[in-house]
Amino acid sequence: MLAADAAARAAGLRVGMPATKAQALVRDLVIQDADPAADAEALDRLALWMLQRFAPIIAADPPNGIVIDSTGADHLHGGEAVMLATLVEKLAGVGLRARAAIADTWGAAHALARFGARPGYISEPGKAASDVAPLPIAALRLAPELVDSLRVLGFEHIGDLLAEPRAPLTLRFGPELGRRLDQASGQIAEPIDPIRPEELIEMRRAFAEPIGAAETIARYIGKLAAQLCASLEDKGLGARRLDLICHRVDSRAQAVRVGTGLPLRDATRMTRLLCDKIETIDPGFGIEVMTLAAIATEPLAPKQVVSSLVEETEPDVSGLIDLLANRVGERNLYRLAPVASDVPERTMRHIPALAPETRAEWPGHWPRPSRLLAHPEPIETIALLPDHPPASFTWRGVRRRVKRADGPERVFGEWWKRDPELAAVRDYFQVEDDAGERYWVYRAGDGEDPLTGSQRWFLHGIFG
Amino acid sequence: MRPPSALEALRVQVRQIEGRDRRATTVLPFGIAAVDSRLPAGGLPCGALHEVAGGGNGAIDGAAAALFTAGIAARTRGKVLWCLTRPDLFAPALSQAGLKSDRVIYVEGGDEKTVLACFEEGLRHGGLGAVVAEVARLPMSASRRLQLAAEGSGAIGIALRRWRRQTEASDFGQPTAATTRWRVSPLPSTPLPVPGVGRARWLVELIRCRAGESADFELEACDDKGHLRLPPDLVHRPGQAEGGRYSASA
Repeated sequence: MLAADAAARAAGLRVGMPATKAQALVRDLVIQDADPAADAEALDRLALWMLQRFAPIIAADPPNGIVIDSTGADHLHGGEAVMLATLVEKLAGVGLRARAAIADTWGAAHALARFGARPGYISEPGKAASDVAPLPIAALRLAPELVDSLRVLGFEHIGDLLAEPRAPLTLRFGPELGRRLDQASGQIAEPIDPIRPEELIEMRRAFAEPIGAAETIARYIGKLAAQLCASLEDKGLGARRLDLICHRVDSRAQAVRVGTGLPLRDATRMTRLLCDKIETIDPGFGIEVMTLAAIATEPLAPKQVVSSLVEETEPDVSGLIDLLANRVGERNLYRLAPVASDVPERTMRHIPALAPETRAEWPGHWPRPSRLLAHPEPIETIALLPDHPPASFTWRGVRRRVKRADGPERVFGEWWKRDPELAAVRDYFQVEDDAGERYWVYRAGDGEDPLTGSQRWFLHGIFG
Repeated sequence: MRPPSALEALRVQVRQIEGRDRRATTVLPFGIAAVDSRLPAGGLPCGALHEVAGGGNGAIDGAAAALFTAGIAARTRGKVLWCLTRPDLFAPALSQAGLKSDRVIYVEGGDEKTVLACFEEGLRHGGLGAVVAEVARLPMSASRRLQLAAEGSGAIGIALRRWRRQTEASDFGQPTAATTRWRVSPLPSTPLPVPGVGRARWLVELIRCRAGESADFELEACDDKGHLRLPPDLVHRPGQAEGGRYSASA
């Protein structure tokens, strides 16, 4: 037995169990020979898939892990936490159960992902040592014999080892233990040798003398971008994702990833996008090698441009969109498209800023407020039941007399989508107070039947 | 008395120093004579920064100010970039003010600094009809940069000022490089012969206007094409054009 998932463990199977015993426990157990070569190949394929979607520096961490350098890439996904959640969710979508963690170093992240109590844990910078301390020593990536002999000596957790003086440990177990301890506690970094697909379009520039100034980096970005565009043009492709990796003299890599909304093959715009991120590159003692790669590409054929006098062309805003998307994240740049729903907070959905025009609009026969509160706020009202607007209401401690009102506009719950909304009803009113301020209030329920809602009043929006 | 030609020559010289002759200024008229006559160019100048804020509670929610802005943006051509910090804008209302959903691109910046950076980037691009940003603080240097960016590209930039607290709204009195400054406050709606809420009315105050005087107007809110209108009961009232109180500051 080499692997057991949750279902197998529930059936009483354990890793390391003889096959015959497993067959005795579970009837009709199908046995397959382990194929480490195919496993490694599948892991590489998975790493490539992540390379195209998540981060520029990714390597397989055999037998069962993938290590990602998330610096310079998380901004495209809305931060580290969101990126980690998306990653695990996407893997779950294809039937892979993954455990993930983010920490200062490869060693710490490795230990936390495999042995940490909380899945998706994000270790704060500088806290790696205290985070890995309670984990078992098996998390240290040591040879099994070494782990066994440490256990014999009574060491159970990494914290026990961290508290010991280092010299006697090194004398007895060799330098490997000290190195692994330092890696796990975030003392020393470990370079990741990034995976590179064979057909990758990549430009590389090595410098005789390490460079460090922002202007110099910008100049070489321009040169690399021009080369990359020439190469893309030969193949008839445009880049959707660009990775700039700067290898420093201390063998660490600094990566910048930018994404584009449409396939891009314009050296000036590429340079602009990449140079916008120069401040995130830490050159340290200098950069030796810079590589620029088009990680994701799409066919881009030359297009004919309308140049007639009658037809006016819409100015191209994709350059601006790319620049802003790389600055604030793709999630935070969007257009809103209508959704066929009567419930106000569900009438909008986010679509990409460069999505084709929908030409759809919201039905315009009912007035809608220009500000919609994220959560309807409860208000105190005096109102005649069942279908009169409130005569006055108190919102945020201010009492307002209603001078004029329109309504009710009855909104039914979406019972065809959600069971709890089977009987739910909201009655919306547009009310105007003495001062002329107009508000959108609703009563949860139809004013008679308690099944339709709590009959309490809420303020949901503010009209202009 | 000096001959008028000398005065004219001086004006040209001042304009050259200000660098405003680089591009022929186009204007976006409101289509209301009473308003357009108060603006020196006969309308809202494109390629300039404008400030809009709400009065009273509108300083916090900015509801009427957002619709006023949407009406201006709706009358421009091309896409509109709307930079936000708080995503509480309700797009169906913008659509009812004439700003169709396909034209608006929203950017949510986490903080004011990001929003101002996106605002400036949008103004510099030049391919957009209007760029709107909802900001609380607008320092002089930032507004100067925005004004220059707008002058360079010809896009109309609108800083929609809204604050977290009423006390912070006094910031609206601080000088900025914006060409015009507006305050929009809701007024009781147009009376209807039956019970109900009529077309919304606003008190639109032109608090500051470069090379012009301040004024205030009582107007009906945007229709579905983004056009404001003089209330029907005021159209024929005498003295409307030359009336108007002066607001010294916010």
